[in-house]
Amino acid sequence: MLEIDGLQVEPVIGLEIHVHLRTRTKMWCGCLLAYGAEPNTHVCPVCLGLPGALPVANAEAVALAIRMGIALNCRIAEFSKWDRKSYYYPDLPKNYQISQYDLPLCADGYLEFPFGDAIRKIRITRAHLEEDAGKNIHDIPGLTAVDLNRAGTPLLEIVTEPDLAGAEETREFALQLHRLVRYLGVSDANMQLGQMRFEPNINVRIHADGRVHATPIVEVKNLNSFRSVHGAIDYEIRRQVAAWREDGQVARPGNKANRGWDDNREVTVPQREKEEANDYRYFPDPDLVPVCPDAAQVAAWRLATPELPIPRTDRFISEYKLAPREAPALVDCKATADLLDAAGEFPCDKALLGKHFLSFWSRLANERETTIAGLGVPPRSFSELADLVRDKVINATAAAQIAEEIVARIDGQLGGTGRPGDSDCQRAIPPIDRPEWAPRELADQLGLVQSQDADEIAAWVAAAFEANQKAVGDALANPRKRKAARGFLLGAVMKLSGGKADPRLVGEQIDAELSRRAD
Amino acid sequence: MNTPPTVLDLAAATRAGSASAPETCAATLAAIQGADPRLNAFREVHADAAITTARNVDRDVVAGTASGPLAGVPIALKDNIVTRVGTTSAGSRMLAGYRSPYDATAATRLAEAGAILVGKTNCDEFAMGSSTENCAFGPTRNPWDLERVPGGSSGGAAVAVAARLVPASLGSDTGGSIRQPASFCGVVGLKPTYGRVSRYGLIAFGSSLDQIGPITTTVADAAAVLQVIAGHDPADATCVREPVPDFSAAVAEAAGEDHARGLRIGVPAEYFAEGLDPEVEAAVRSALALYAEHGAELVPVTLPHVDKAVAAYYVIATAECSSNLARFDGVRFGHRSEQGGSIEQLVSRSRAEGFGDEVKRRIMLGTFVLSSGYYEAFYDKALRVRRLIQQGFNAALERVDVLACPTAPTTAFRLGEKAADPLQMYLADICTLAVNLAGLPAISIPCGFDSGGLPIGLQLIAPLFDEVGLLRAAQRYEGWTDWHARCPDARRG
Ligand SMILES: [Zn+2]
Repeated sequence: MLEIDGLQVEPVIGLEIHVHLRTRTKMWCGCLLAYGAEPNTHVCPVCLGLPGALPVANAEAVALAIRMGIALNCRIAEFSKWDRKSYYYPDLPKNYQISQYDLPLCADGYLEFPFGDAIRKIRITRAHLEEDAGKNIHDIPGLTAVDLNRAGTPLLEIVTEPDLAGAEETREFALQLHRLVRYLGVSDANMQLGQMRFEPNINVRIHADGRVHATPIVEVKNLNSFRSVHGAIDYEIRRQVAAWREDGQVARPGNKANRGWDDNREVTVPQREKEEANDYRYFPDPDLVPVCPDAAQVAAWRLATPELPIPRTDRFISEYKLAPREAPALVDCKATADLLDAAGEFPCDKALLGKHFLSFWSRLANERETTIAGLGVPPRSFSELADLVRDKVINATAAAQIAEEIVARIDGQLGGTGRPGDSDCQRAIPPIDRPEWAPRELADQLGLVQSQDADEIAAWVAAAFEANQKAVGDALANPRKRKAARGFLLGAVMKLSGGKADPRLVGEQIDAELSRRAD
Repeated sequence: MNTPPTVLDLAAATRAGSASAPETCAATLAAIQGADPRLNAFREVHADAAITTARNVDRDVVAGTASGPLAGVPIALKDNIVTRVGTTSAGSRMLAGYRSPYDATAATRLAEAGAILVGKTNCDEFAMGSSTENCAFGPTRNPWDLERVPGGSSGGAAVAVAARLVPASLGSDTGGSIRQPASFCGVVGLKPTYGRVSRYGLIAFGSSLDQIGPITTTVADAAAVLQVIAGHDPADATCVREPVPDFSAAVAEAAGEDHARGLRIGVPAEYFAEGLDPEVEAAVRSALALYAEHGAELVPVTLPHVDKAVAAYYVIATAECSSNLARFDGVRFGHRSEQGGSIEQLVSRSRAEGFGDEVKRRIMLGTFVLSSGYYEAFYDKALRVRRLIQQGFNAALERVDVLACPTAPTTAFRLGEKAADPLQMYLADICTLAVNLAGLPAISIPCGFDSGGLPIGLQLIAPLFDEVGLLRAAQRYEGWTDWHARCPDARRG
């Protein structure tokens, strides 16, 4: 419940989400999916809707839709079919869209996610498969050009119940859904490419005069950023309250309206309504056969459903001692999360392992515009490196140096190709495992094994004190300068030792020497 | 050549080197050129492509590699089967001059079997009609009587074979469009089981009813052509993976049997009812008597609900066609209005100018029955009637091997006779369209002539995917009679 201008206002929001599926080919033909290609270069008789051409359903798209449905706790239909939705539009080659009307593949699910201090549960009405349309291009004066590269791209439409209660919550739900489709490999969900689009249905229930007044529902079309989802809902809530004050209109059949979002002015604007009432004349598509998912296959997918991002984030926080803010960075790229778990299978200090993933491994991946899973480092090397640090064989700086060396050697093998992009959260490359590249070996080769030898350290400390009389003097004379001087001396010892000295032992010896001299 | 050779003879002779594909091709082109100005069976002749194909076949024969089952056989395609060669217009102004960038699967299979595709035959616009009069390119005439229609919608395909211009053609059958013209023209017309032959590249009329099939002069030839075009096609989701039996072997076996003992023929009372021309009834009854004489058992059966078939058919077929024809909008291909205007005006003007009256009538009817508020009363109800009709056929066919009845209630009617009355025209298909609703295979074979010398067809109907049983039953009758061997003299004219 919000309070706006002294009124108690309860927003009621449902969301329709369109997601491009991550298939190789289009929904009904063999054309490769294409983003940013020359117009009308990824087309064929089927997706052009030429006379005599027939659609054949893409089994890969059906599989992805069902796997998404399982993750959304949906009931998977035993019998599902395709329907034609008729309307004339130049970017719709057949002038009907093949969709699913009354028997969607997935229905009656929900998604739970943490919001504030609570767990929110949003019911999913249905998730069905359909095809995307092409694009009308209006950049030639007086003409409309049509690009049909996108026509026939597999689209999963997910529809929620009106369970969302605010702009912030809807934005968070949208983010969680975005995370989930990418994590499952159902979609690349690149918002810039229009691979995920949101259409919220919004109205508000105004509590006034002891009664509840529900404003007319508005559907905001085609939002392609989380910011616009939030902005459009926030704006609509205020606009609808103001409109109600003005005209007292309440929701009734037939007064639902479509609006668009003006990203520059940050307002919703009325959309031109078609004069004739929309009658899509749905009927079963006679060119296609019904989809009857094999129960054993669905059960296998259900079993194979991975641990989902939200529970996995919780587990990573407790298991790898990650900060809650940092954990999603490792979870959301599923291949990297899997790699972390694979590394964690080897007995090791998991907190250190997590820390390494977030620090130098992430940095090395970023430098190569790939993911940690795209580096090609064997799982055992991650844990071995963490163990070397835990056992004080090497220090943290040396660990980063060794990691760099491993990846550089893999670079040499790969010749700079074959790594997944940094937005590919599915693909790991096969690790390149050479015994001579093992962290312990490299620590020796690079002379990074740190010294635990008290005498050797004492000699470096003595040399450092000798060479830095001023710092020693400062530390002894002025307690306020002591900390800085101590750090300076520590650095000097590390430098003298070539990074091999155990910083903890060095610190102890410096403190002991300073105390001795102070007496 | 005194008697024009059959598909099987011609293919065998070509492969053996005793017939020359280029000579066959030249003779065919000459025959078409001679007869077609009167018949208008062909909408387009692909002479150059045909000559090239014939030369290629000849080269293979010389090289000893010609093995195609249809090697050197000239075959014509109905104008709603797309090919890269020439144009495909489906008999419509909407598609006049339309060049397809791909070949229909059936056409590809014929070509791979060595057939010489000689051209496109005339048909009712988008296969909607029963007389081949609803054409943007003029009506086709019946070679038995040039003042009469050849039936439709595959009228050109039937005439091309009946006039012995080609030994075989492909038609399409949505409610009788192969069988009824075959009956009117005195040739063999086979509608395979729905799903037996790929529809890929067949310009859709009623997608759940359409099926491509052969028109030939003999049952054995129909089997030979079916053999080539049948079988699963990954490009058509409704084209099943059912194994394709050896149809030709089954027909050859039946040809060697001089009896029909063990054959049970169901005689549905509903198809010998009011409205049936007495001469047609007499010819069909005497065909049944001939079967009985040869040892077949005649079993009276009933087909409940077939009286509702015309109504159900015209709801389902028009609903599907209203949607299938939505793609003809003048945007990407086909007729585009010169008048310009907004996109809505462009689409509606292009369609208004491009489609003929019968097509518009059916689009309007189909749009209406799918409209919200009417869907349940019409489309949904029609689907339920369709299921009942299917069940009725299946029940009857559990007791018998085939059903036998007239293909059409009359012989060929006069040009223009029914053009003004759509309902009368729809009733011309009364004996055939329930078969499409049920998806069953059926064949029309010549079984006599009326007093005016017009051919009469016997329709046999078999269980789903039992083309073998259907062809065997048809072959037996053909073996005892010579109706199929009679040909009109329109060729010499
Ligand atoms: Zn395509």
